[in-house]
Amino acid sequence: MGVGHAHALYIHEHTPIHRMAPEAKLVAAFAFVAAVALTPREAVWAFAIYAVTIAVLIRTARVPARFVAVRLTTIAPFIVFALFIPFIASGEQVELLGVSVSRDGLWGTWNVVAKATIGATVSIVLAATTEIPEILRGMSVLRVPAPLTAIALFMVRYMELVAQELGRMRTAMIARGYDPRWLWQAKPIAAAAGATFVRSYERGERVHAAMLARGYAGAMPELNHRRANRSEWLMSASLPVLGITVALVALVVT
Amino acid sequence: MTNPAIAAQGVWFTYPDGREVLQGLDLRVEEGERVALLGPNGAGKTTLALHLNGIHEAESGAIHVGELELNPSNLMEIRRRVGLVFQDPDDQLFMPNVAEDVAFGPANLGLSGAELDARVTEALAAVEAGSLADRAPHHLSGGERRRVAIATVLAMRPDVLVLDEPSSGLDPAGRRELVATLQGLNITQLVITHDLPFALELCKRAVIMDGGRVVADGSAAEILANDELLRNHRLEMPFGFNQAGS
Repeated sequence: MGVGHAHALYIHEHTPIHRMAPEAKLVAAFAFVAAVALTPREAVWAFAIYAVTIAVLIRTARVPARFVAVRLTTIAPFIVFALFIPFIASGEQVELLGVSVSRDGLWGTWNVVAKATIGATVSIVLAATTEIPEILRGMSVLRVPAPLTAIALFMVRYMELVAQELGRMRTAMIARGYDPRWLWQAKPIAAAAGATFVRSYERGERVHAAMLARGYAGAMPELNHRRANRSEWLMSASLPVLGITVALVALVVT
Repeated sequence: MTNPAIAAQGVWFTYPDGREVLQGLDLRVEEGERVALLGPNGAGKTTLALHLNGIHEAESGAIHVGELELNPSNLMEIRRRVGLVFQDPDDQLFMPNVAEDVAFGPANLGLSGAELDARVTEALAAVEAGSLADRAPHHLSGGERRRVAIATVLAMRPDVLVLDEPSSGLDPAGRRELVATLQGLNITQLVITHDLPFALELCKRAVIMDGGRVVADGSAAEILANDELLRNHRLEMPFGFNQAGS
């Protein structure tokens, strides 16, 4: 079931990956990333296989490569941190472009960069092919505690409203000549944030009353949703099965 | 004599901050009636609505819905019978899409499977919103949101519909469509509103509430023509309306 227009992380397409039940995608993504994380860093060939697998995945899901690249900038801080490892790690030193660096540290950098990139790319593809309510539904099928999924559900539903409220307050401030340039001019922004918090709390109370009025008794009801079928589980399992096999071979040979 | 759809007798309610919002309120709505509930801000109209399906509990007095007297043991049945449509549809529509929101009430009543789907389809059809089933609530227009909010309670097949300010925030066409929707529903309705022409168009009977009790009750045409009565309770027909002549 689609939600019409979707969030910024989603690419609207009709591919087998888009159609797949969310719980199957979640399990596949999680298990694949776990296998990648357990792969010894020296098994460079294994990471090459992972990279090719993900490239095939991105193509099948018709997610533009540019979109993936832009979203990958999220992990830039980790990469920057990883780049320092060779300079601060101890152990055997090697020459790299005339600078003495730690061999172990270079492997460390490679380990962080490769695994973080693969993990982030998998989650980007997951988010690009699965709308947020679907992901939450998949989580509840996988028995993630209902209060957690319900909180996330409400957050998704009301985040936009809260953002709009803040936007209106900002417009109202600008309309009355507020033009903050310095930190000490930030007080009205803090006041607006406080007001938004109180308003959101009050809205929470009204939403709760509306839920009670329709018979809510403390647990979100079971709604009709399609569950993953056998062939979907099998299809989604191909990703982690490949990942785990490669990881095991890599563990044995290195 | 048959049971009234709703009967409130001597209902008192005080908010925790000490405001006595309902002060011995009496109101009776017969089955099949469509009644406008008018009154100034702070008169207790919304508080009364929240009493009618047990969100608030009266300090004293009694509320009957059909033959049932509201008490904690029959709260679920009362909530099925009295459908409350809140003033802000964004409070009412909290699920990711319209179909799921409409399914929320009947699912709480224990419906599932094909039966649940049928309820959703039936309720959306009643407000001519079948095409909106897969849409997210924040992508609907004001009028669509209002109609969907009504569908979310119709899905519970209520005996009485209580609508809080249903015409607020609607553009003229949305308001006209809402009138048509409400006129098309064969169900007892209590319509809380400040929009007097809307009340006149929709309801034969009007009740004015002020200071936590009913201060006038009669034919909508007569009450809305009584300028002095309206003025005494901070109500007035908008400029240019002279319903006495209509």
